[in-house]
Amino acid sequence: MYLFGMGIGIGGYLQAIEGVSYIEFIAPGIIMVPAMYSASFECTFGSFTRMTEQKTYDGILATPLSVGDLVMGEILWGATKSLISGSIMLFIIYLAGLMKSSILMVIPLLILVFLIGFLFASLAMIATALSPSYDFFNYFFTLILTPMFFFSGIFFPLSNFPAWVKIVSNLMPLTHAVNISRYFLSNVNYSHILSSTLVLIACTIIFSFLGVSLIKKRIIK
Amino acid sequence: MSSSEIITAKNLTKIYGNITAVDGISFSIFRGECYGFLGPNGAGKTTTIKMVHCFSPLTSGELVVGGMNVNKDQRKIKEIIGVVPQEENLDPDLSVFKNLTVYARYFNAPRKEAEKRAVELLDFIHLKDRMNSRIKDISGGMKKRLLIARSLMNNPKVLILDEPTTGLDPQARHLIWQRLRLLKKAGMTMILTTHYMEEASQLCDRVAIMDRGKILLEGEPKKLVADEIGTEVIEMRLDDENQDAELLMANLEQFKKFKFTYERVGDTIYIFSNNGRELLHSIVDIKHTHLLHRPATLEDLFLKLTGRGLRE
Ligand SMILES: Nc1ncnc2c1ncn2[C@@H]1O[C@H](COP(=O)(O)OP(=O)(O)OP(=O)(O)O)[C@@H](O)[C@H]1O
Ligand SMILES: [Mg+2]
Repeated sequence: MYLFGMGIGIGGYLQAIEGVSYIEFIAPGIIMVPAMYSASFECTFGSFTRMTEQKTYDGILATPLSVGDLVMGEILWGATKSLISGSIMLFIIYLAGLMKSSILMVIPLLILVFLIGFLFASLAMIATALSPSYDFFNYFFTLILTPMFFFSGIFFPLSNFPAWVKIVSNLMPLTHAVNISRYFLSNVNYSHILSSTLVLIACTIIFSFLGVSLIKKRIIK
Repeated sequence: MSSSEIITAKNLTKIYGNITAVDGISFSIFRGECYGFLGPNGAGKTTTIKMVHCFSPLTSGELVVGGMNVNKDQRKIKEIIGVVPQEENLDPDLSVFKNLTVYARYFNAPRKEAEKRAVELLDFIHLKDRMNSRIKDISGGMKKRLLIARSLMNNPKVLILDEPTTGLDPQARHLIWQRLRLLKKAGMTMILTTHYMEEASQLCDRVAIMDRGKILLEGEPKKLVADEIGTEVIEMRLDDENQDAELLMANLEQFKKFKFTYERVGDTIYIFSNNGRELLHSIVDIKHTHLLHRPATLEDLFLKLTGRGLRE
């Protein structure tokens, strides 16, 4: 919410970017932010608590479920939380009249939100599997998520940055999501829809497999 | 494998890093029996049990549960097992009732059926009036009872109980014993670990006494006690730890005809025999402060086998 406020606030002082008002410029990225953070919080702090303090995983593994089922369940739950918060954000943006495309574009946008939730939930499970304690998540958030938050083109176009920043940015899954979101929400031309989508799907698959195997390694002894 | 064997372990071994938690043990558990693992802290009881319910992979050896190999048919094995863990792992975000019904979902039980069974089981363990309580609002004893109810949600063929009454008051403990005996009557196979020898004597058809990853002795509790140490115990409590003891033990030698063994532990001399009464008559004359004559228990045997550090 405060992001949105910030957008309106700062937007007032800024000139239009790429031909649209600042708030319009950031709207597509703003949908991705809660999608990223909801899943990340759920599958770090939430999952870590269930795994260690509450010993929920031990209980679940005494049932026919395997570690794979368990971790997939956690990831789906994280992605669902992302879908909920992302939907709320999208609804606000729609109400604010910032959706420039057809209302039907809500469908690909929500799929995108869910995919991002899935991706970051998987990434968070990796962090959870590696984490010795809650402190570890501070590093995860500040060293991995915060850079994505700033350098994925949500708040400023990447075109003005040096080449290396662009390269790094393109390695971040969130950048691809923001570009896709811009295409669907604001009709901004983007020629790499397909490849960006494939990048997101590939990351999701890799992260989730890695998450499963690292959690397995951590709890099955 | 005989058809009445439901669990068979051969040379079962589990090594964590450089700790050998379970060291090549073999045992068989029969349908409908209650089998107990006894042993001091760190003996390897929990580790053994975790291999049976497919939580820990074996380092080596063979383990067959319900005719299935634990390395292959984990899902199917877990379907027929109920587990009461040593450490409580109820879901604190859910109510007592929900803890049961959600758990049943993991076994793919239909909702209606699960709800019905949850109510029955809450009744069985006397928790029905707390069914809507939060987990944090119920006592430790109630949690243990709820864990037992949860372990029965899938109608298991084998019930595994890792220290089901540790930390409970006598009322709760006796209630649990009664419930477990009812289950046994109904034909349930049970594997139990415990530190309470009375619990093992009350519930177990056979026990295995473990220490440092090995089974030292296995058999029916009563028979084991009678065979290994005799039926009766006379405890002599000494006033003065040092001088008295040597003299007393020297004196005891003159009654050798009664056939007994004795051991000194700190301020007490334990005399084990099958004919305590006559022996007692003879030794009342020896100077001492307290004499206690009682039946021998599993605890005596347990201490004799595992209490090495204290003896000699
Ligand atoms: N996950 C683990 N990693 C490393 N060592 C372990 C692990 N679990 C158990 N051990 C070790 O294996 C040995 C056996 O432990 P186990 O928990 O099976 O004992 P136990 O008989 O159940 O003891 P208690 O009566 O205290 O519950 C101990 O030395 C313990 O430290
Ligand atoms: Mg244990």
